[in-house]
Amino acid sequence: MGKKKSKVVQYNRWGYIFMIPFLVTYLIFQLIPLITTVYNSFFENYRSGLKQIGPNFIGFQNYATIFGNPDLWKYFGNTMIMWIAGFIPQIFFSLLLGAWFTDTSLRLKGQRFWKTVIYLPNLIMASAFAMLFFTLFGDSGPINSMLTSMGIVSAPIKFLSQTGTARGLVAFMNFIMWFGNTTILLMAGMMGIDPSLFEAAQVDGATATQVFWKITLPLLRPILVYTMITSLIGGLQMFDVPQILTNGTGDPARNTMTLIMYLNKHLFSKNFGLAGALSVFLFIVTGILSLIVFKITVRKEK
Amino acid sequence: MKKQLLSTLLCASMVAGTLACAGTVFADEAAAEGPVLNIQCWNEEFKSRLTDHYPGYEEVDATHGKIGDVEVVWTITPSDDNAYQNNLDTILPENEGAEDPVDLFLVEADYALKYVNSEVEVTEKVADLGLTEDELANQYQYTKDVVTDANGDLRGVSWQGCPGLLIYNREAAKEVLGTDDPAEVQEFVKDWDTFNETAAKLKEAGYNAVSTVNDTYRVYANNTTSKWVDDEGKINIDPNIEKWVQDSKALVDAGETTTNELWSDDWNKGFYPDGKVFAYFGPAWLINFCMAADTEGSIANQGGWGACVGPQGFYWGGTWICAAKGTDNPTLVADIMRQLTTNEEIMTDIVKADNDFVNNKPAMEAAAQDDSYAFAVLGGQNPLGLFCEGCEKIDLSNLSNYDQGCTEEFQNAMKNYFDGNMSYEEAVDQFYKAVVEKYPELTY
Repeated sequence: MGKKKSKVVQYNRWGYIFMIPFLVTYLIFQLIPLITTVYNSFFENYRSGLKQIGPNFIGFQNYATIFGNPDLWKYFGNTMIMWIAGFIPQIFFSLLLGAWFTDTSLRLKGQRFWKTVIYLPNLIMASAFAMLFFTLFGDSGPINSMLTSMGIVSAPIKFLSQTGTARGLVAFMNFIMWFGNTTILLMAGMMGIDPSLFEAAQVDGATATQVFWKITLPLLRPILVYTMITSLIGGLQMFDVPQILTNGTGDPARNTMTLIMYLNKHLFSKNFGLAGALSVFLFIVTGILSLIVFKITVRKEK
Repeated sequence: MKKQLLSTLLCASMVAGTLACAGTVFADEAAAEGPVLNIQCWNEEFKSRLTDHYPGYEEVDATHGKIGDVEVVWTITPSDDNAYQNNLDTILPENEGAEDPVDLFLVEADYALKYVNSEVEVTEKVADLGLTEDELANQYQYTKDVVTDANGDLRGVSWQGCPGLLIYNREAAKEVLGTDDPAEVQEFVKDWDTFNETAAKLKEAGYNAVSTVNDTYRVYANNTTSKWVDDEGKINIDPNIEKWVQDSKALVDAGETTTNELWSDDWNKGFYPDGKVFAYFGPAWLINFCMAADTEGSIANQGGWGACVGPQGFYWGGTWICAAKGTDNPTLVADIMRQLTTNEEIMTDIVKADNDFVNNKPAMEAAAQDDSYAFAVLGGQNPLGLFCEGCEKIDLSNLSNYDQGCTEEFQNAMKNYFDGNMSYEEAVDQFYKAVVEKYPELTY
């Protein structure tokens, strides 16, 4: 009796041992920075040239400064607009491609090849990708010379000097970079659906559209929720693409300035207080939005 | 580290003891001080000057060199977005007593004051290094003013003078103005009103007057009557800077220039005949260092530029050598300063080899009369006389510690106004915000 019990305990111990690497990493690289960020946000602490100012405890003053700045909501809006503009085509094409790839009746050829191709943009570093677009869409870049020589436009389009095109480029790049990844995720979800359900639907005479809306989509919900939350978090932290594309200015008129780019501006003067307050704000917003997405998508299942 | 130092010391004393040769005395002395000479800079310019003109410098690889027994280590941090200054700001205050201290660093006029007048002393006085006033007597006064601290002590030296000129495309001048003679072209650009009228003429012939609005910025900005930041820490926009905005907006709206950034590929286009740009504003280093003189087919390569004074005198950039407080190679640093900024032979070599304008008044005034100093990129014109004249006019009384950040953000913000994305007031507002993000202690 006693022997058996101890064996069970031993197995449990292994479980904890296996968790150690993750826990240690999480503690050092996630939890401690998180707590110090909150701690830092209560201090006036920055550098002016060679002078270090602070750290002086100032309570919630950094938060007052952050929220007193109407531009914060503008940057929040920019971030959301660019995320949504990229996410809608991303989820649309991912669902479409996922459905095609998993549909056995279509018998698509060269599936592996195409799966690799759509995933490739994700392998390029975001900064390199942004640099490429910066050059391509420059005022005298190849896109403009093509458009003018083909007679589509008479004068070069200033892609990066107009709000619509600049935001559009950022959204487009995020879409191109991430739709492959999402497709793979959704395909995994679709392949996890019991094939007998599809067969039953076909026997009952359902069209492909009906199968998609009535069977695939509802059963895909858990994966969809996951995709949406991760994409939302990634979207709120959008930084590298617009930063490189606009050379850190967030121009035109700071209409492509995201929250993290704004955060980065404070790091110029090593202003850890304000940057910390902004990070805490971002942390809370991310939490709330994730919760909302989670609630909306899960409740229907009950 | 200690072992290394000890062995170097031993080696040095052995060499000194056995050879006792006159030529190595200096190297020994320097070796006794520190085995490594650490240099902080933002581009290759000073490195190539040292490689080409400092006696005894041997290049090892892209970031290492050797002077006698001393290893030279280059740390190059680009100055974009203040990266270079931020780097210095973290290193310099802790430099004294550091294990491997920075010995020499370079500064530009835009922020020289910051390091010269800092609360924590980060630069050595030039006098303490052993350079006397007499040795520096030939240097232009303005180059000393930039790096003189509040107590009147000199804390840096420069080998170059950077008065700027209007550098025009001779082909375009002939076609549109009917002449490419510097004195006659000057009549078409003698003040801003005339310049803007000429811009309209150039437009008709398909030329942009300047490549971008930022080309003329320095010219206006060097002729201001107030500082970017006043004594109370309030940001201030000078009337002449406002005039730059108005004039530039007019040029952009008339399609006579662009709003591209300096150093961008679109800005560079005018270095080639197809770029159709009439003029750039710049000092000697722009002509010799940046205008693609080595590239086949560029205007500079064909000697197709001319130089005249332009609407207003100005200067741009210039590099000062400072000894970092806490250096363990003071003798070597002092010798580098002495050789590059006071040795007339080396300095005239720099002019001949690199078309730079050096910081030696009598030598430059003599060279201005000497046709052998003609610049190939300027089609054989000798612009040194114009530079000499420009040097005398440079006024640096309105420098502040915040110039680089303000200049950068002002140009960024005004681009929105020029492009029609914002009103002037909105752009100014964005400028204020951006500056306060960079320097939280300022107000507006």
